[in-house]
Amino acid sequence: MNVVEVREVSFGYEQNQVLAEISMAVEKGDFLALLGPNGAGKTTLVKLILGLLKPLRGQVKLFGSPVEKFKNWSWIGYIPQKAVAFDKRFPVTVEEVVLAGRFGRLGLGRRPGKEDRQAVEEALSAMEILGYKKSLLNNLSGGQQQRVFIARALVSQPRLLILDEPVAGLDSRTLEGFYRLLARLNREKKMTILVVSHDTGAVSRWVNKVACVNHTLLYYGRPEELFRAEGLSLLYGAPVRLVAHG
Amino acid sequence: MFDFLQYDFMVRALLAGLAVGCVCPAVGVFLVLRGYSFMAETLAHVSLAGVAVGLLLGVLPFPAIFFTAVAAAVVVEFLRARRNLYHDALLALAMSGGLALAVVLFSYAKGFSVDVQGYLFGSILTVTPQDLWLITAIGALVFAVLIFLYKELYFISFDEECARVAGLPVQRINLLFIFMVAGTVSVAVRVVGALLVGALMVIPVMIALLLAKSFFQAFWLAVVTGAGVTLAGLVASYYLGTASGGTIVLLSVALFVVTLAGSRLKEFFQRRRSLAVEAAREKSPEALPRYTNILAKGDHFNC
Repeated sequence: MNVVEVREVSFGYEQNQVLAEISMAVEKGDFLALLGPNGAGKTTLVKLILGLLKPLRGQVKLFGSPVEKFKNWSWIGYIPQKAVAFDKRFPVTVEEVVLAGRFGRLGLGRRPGKEDRQAVEEALSAMEILGYKKSLLNNLSGGQQQRVFIARALVSQPRLLILDEPVAGLDSRTLEGFYRLLARLNREKKMTILVVSHDTGAVSRWVNKVACVNHTLLYYGRPEELFRAEGLSLLYGAPVRLVAHG
Repeated sequence: MFDFLQYDFMVRALLAGLAVGCVCPAVGVFLVLRGYSFMAETLAHVSLAGVAVGLLLGVLPFPAIFFTAVAAAVVVEFLRARRNLYHDALLALAMSGGLALAVVLFSYAKGFSVDVQGYLFGSILTVTPQDLWLITAIGALVFAVLIFLYKELYFISFDEECARVAGLPVQRINLLFIFMVAGTVSVAVRVVGALLVGALMVIPVMIALLLAKSFFQAFWLAVVTGAGVTLAGLVASYYLGTASGGTIVLLSVALFVVTLAGSRLKEFFQRRRSLAVEAAREKSPEALPRYTNILAKGDHFNC
């Protein structure tokens, strides 16, 4: 059974077609990068996968169920593109943010208990930010805030982790550490990971599959083959030369 | 000192004030943090049309106000979500439309003995025992639902998209929240008046946000501040002989100014202390250990 199955999905707004006839699958244990230039429809595809948008045509399945009937949302950890662009005036502590990751599995009206607070501490420890538990989120650096949102996504012990452009604004050293952490989660916890990026060079070292989207699915397979087949030029519509990061 | 407690009307006013003073900021926290502060003001103005409709149809003002406020909130939310219109412009439209409708309907209702001023500015000192029951019951119900859905409302206010992905029934909770706002406005109009309800929903929250170090603190500080200023305002209006609604709101504004000034002063001294630490570090590095404790207490740090 595929973790994510996208079958002939199309989506658009009035005359503007954003995605056309996308078909792809994410298998259990995959570490997949969804690549493409800005405005290619990557975030739209993620929102379709998560049921936040309804496709014009086609179907999305999560863990074998059509997304509109899917119930086990605690199996999914999600970090949206604009996670760190939260309202800076919102008075919220690191602990309060991460605890919210448990709300889906708790059910309406039920208060978080000892087990939930323990899970929060474990997630914060894994992200090496336990010392900031009671700090206001806004008082942390961008890199630390990013870790808080990853901790929130991990605290429900998801089977699928979806990250939409999670490294925007991070320096190359933090970036390296971030992808190493994802690779460890994928390897040790057997977590299926889908990461959206337009930074092809940085992400392709770590993943075992790539899907290249530019309104249609241009490539789906192993990252090495993408570079061999000069698929990047196809993706960006112009000759592409890979440049290594710092 | 507490001679006002010997009067039944004053005891009823204080109890009604306590109920409204708690529930208005409790709802207001979620409105302000979602950028919907203007929603309370709009619904309060639209509620005047509800009063007028109630008078014309000969029904009690409370249900008329409640249904008018719910209808206005649902229409505004529907147009915002489906028609891609500016939210604040829609609220302005609803507010002026509601007020205009109220004025026209009140002119039709000239034959009735209408205490329009009481609905505009509140008439808490004329709260009857029946009014008190209604205000307390609706206030308690709204507060209970807020506490029950506290964690869901917090998550939706902070990050609605992730709340949806977590499987929370966001649409249904948002609809229920609109009912809670409308219910709160309906009972608060009796106490502080349509023109001042928004203030009681927003100002205590603004005070709390200046002081809070967590969402939990912000919520409860807003509730305590709202209850405090309402009770203090009522007592002050009794001794000063002023309008209760206006006195409550003026007291809230004064408290906000004092809190703002206090927090700015605190920031000023903190910055001065940080500069002193920096200067000491540059001047004599050996003096640093003496100051590291101060630095450790600060909230700001980098990766």
